[in-house]
Amino acid sequence: VKYVDEFRDPAGARAVLAQIEPLARGHHYKFMEVCGGHTHTIYKHGIENVLPETVELVHGPGCPVCVIPMGRVDDAIHVAETPGMIFTSFGDMMRVPGGNGNLLEAKARGADVRMVYSPLDALRIAVANPDKQVVFFAVGFETTAPSTAVTLLKARQKNVPNFSVFCNHVTIVPPLKAILDSPDLRLDGFLGPGHVSTVIGNRPYRFVPKVYGKPLVTAGFEPLDILQSILMLLRQIHEGRCEVENQYTRAVSDEGNVRALEILGQVFELRPHFEWRGLGFISQSALKLRDEFAGFDAELRFAVPGVRVADPKACQCGEVLKGVIKPWECKVFGTACTPETPIGTCMVSSEGACAAYYNYGRFTKHQTVPVSMGPVKTPQPA
Amino acid sequence: MCLGIPGQVVEIVDPADHRAMVDVDGVRREINVGLVMGDAGGLHVGDWVLIHVGFAMTKIDEEEAASTLDFIKQLGSVYDDEIQQFSAEAPL
Repeated sequence: VKYVDEFRDPAGARAVLAQIEPLARGHHYKFMEVCGGHTHTIYKHGIENVLPETVELVHGPGCPVCVIPMGRVDDAIHVAETPGMIFTSFGDMMRVPGGNGNLLEAKARGADVRMVYSPLDALRIAVANPDKQVVFFAVGFETTAPSTAVTLLKARQKNVPNFSVFCNHVTIVPPLKAILDSPDLRLDGFLGPGHVSTVIGNRPYRFVPKVYGKPLVTAGFEPLDILQSILMLLRQIHEGRCEVENQYTRAVSDEGNVRALEILGQVFELRPHFEWRGLGFISQSALKLRDEFAGFDAELRFAVPGVRVADPKACQCGEVLKGVIKPWECKVFGTACTPETPIGTCMVSSEGACAAYYNYGRFTKHQTVPVSMGPVKTPQPA
Repeated sequence: MCLGIPGQVVEIVDPADHRAMVDVDGVRREINVGLVMGDAGGLHVGDWVLIHVGFAMTKIDEEEAASTLDFIKQLGSVYDDEIQQFSAEAPL
C-alpha cells in the first residue's frame, strides 16, 4: 500500500482529505469510478484507505476488454481460423477466454493470429499480403474507435480490398444508463472517465444529473485528482447542486475532439443492441460499420457464428462490472481465477478491476494496511 | 489501450498523410496526428499529445505529459506492455 507521503503532492492530498472529512460525516456515500485507469490509481495508492469510512468507491464498466462477451471471442476465433486469413488483434484481447479457448490457443492450433499495436499496422499487413484476407479485431470505447474509423477511411482511399474490421467498439454512455437503471445499486455520484472524455467531451454526461439526479465529475488519474473529484462530488451534494463538473480540465474540454467525433459519425452507426459481458444486451451501445463501408465489414464478409455463450457459472464479472460486488467477493477470485489463468475478463485486462486488485495484493477488504494519515480502519476478517 | 500515453512530436513526417514521429519516454515511433492537426494553433515539433493505439487524440501541455507518464509508469506491467507494443514493428 502507498502512503499519502508517497503521493506526488502529499500536502495537497492532506489538505483535500481535511476538506472531505467533514462533508462525509453522517451518510454513507457510494461513488462509482467508471474508468479502469481510475481503479488502478485507487488500488495502487490505497486511496480507499485514506478516505473516511463513509466514502465507498465502486468500480464501473470502463474496461473495454472486460465487457466483450464470450460469444464475440468465439466469433473472432472462428474468423481467425478461416483458411487464408491473417487475424490481427491488440495484445490485450489475445488471452481473453471465449467459450472455446482464446486467440493465443487458436494461434497455437495454426491460425495466423498477429498482435498489432494499431489498426494502421493491420492495414499495413493487408497491403503487404494482397493474397491473404486481413481482419482487424476492433475493440474499445471512444478512445480507440476513431483510430479504427480513420484506418477504414484510409483503406477505402487506398483501395485495400483484402482488409476488413470485426467491429466490437462500444460507447460509454449506454452502460452508464444501464447501471443507473439497475435496481441493484444505489449510487450517489460518478467519477467520470478521463481519456474517453478527451474524445467525447463532457456534454454527453449531462443526462446523469438531469435525468437521474446524480452528480458527475470528470477526473484525472493522479491520486490528488481522484481526491479532488470526490471533494467536488461531496460539495455538490452538500450545496444542493447536481451537475457535470470537470476536474480534469488539463485534458478534457466540454466539446471533446470534434474532428474525431465527426469521423466516428462518418464511418460508424449505432447497432440496435449489443451484448455486454455481465450487463446483458444494451440498446444502441455499440458501433457497426455504415453501409458504405460494408465491403470492409468482417461480419458481412466472413462466416460469424454469432452464438451466445453464457459466462462460466463461477465467474462473477457481471456483478463486478456493475459494482454490485468487490472482486474479492467473487468465489473464484485469486484461486481458480488469476491473471495467469483468467476465467473472467476482469482478470485478463490490465485495466480490469480484478487484475488491479490482484496485482496490488487486495485479496480481502482489509488486507492492505491502513496508511499513515486519515481515518485508520481496524483490520477485520473479510 | 484506453489509457493514453503521452508523447512529444519530434518531426512532422508527412503533413498531408498526417504522419508524425513522436518520442515516448525515449522510444520513437511514427503515429497518425490527423485528429489533432486542426486544433487551435495546429501541431508543431515540440508539442505533446496523448496517444491511443498509434493515434494522437488530444494535445496536452508538458506538465500534464510528465504527470501522465509518471502515472502510467507506476502501473508497472501496463507501462511495460504499452511501450513494448508501441515500439514493435508491424508484423508484416
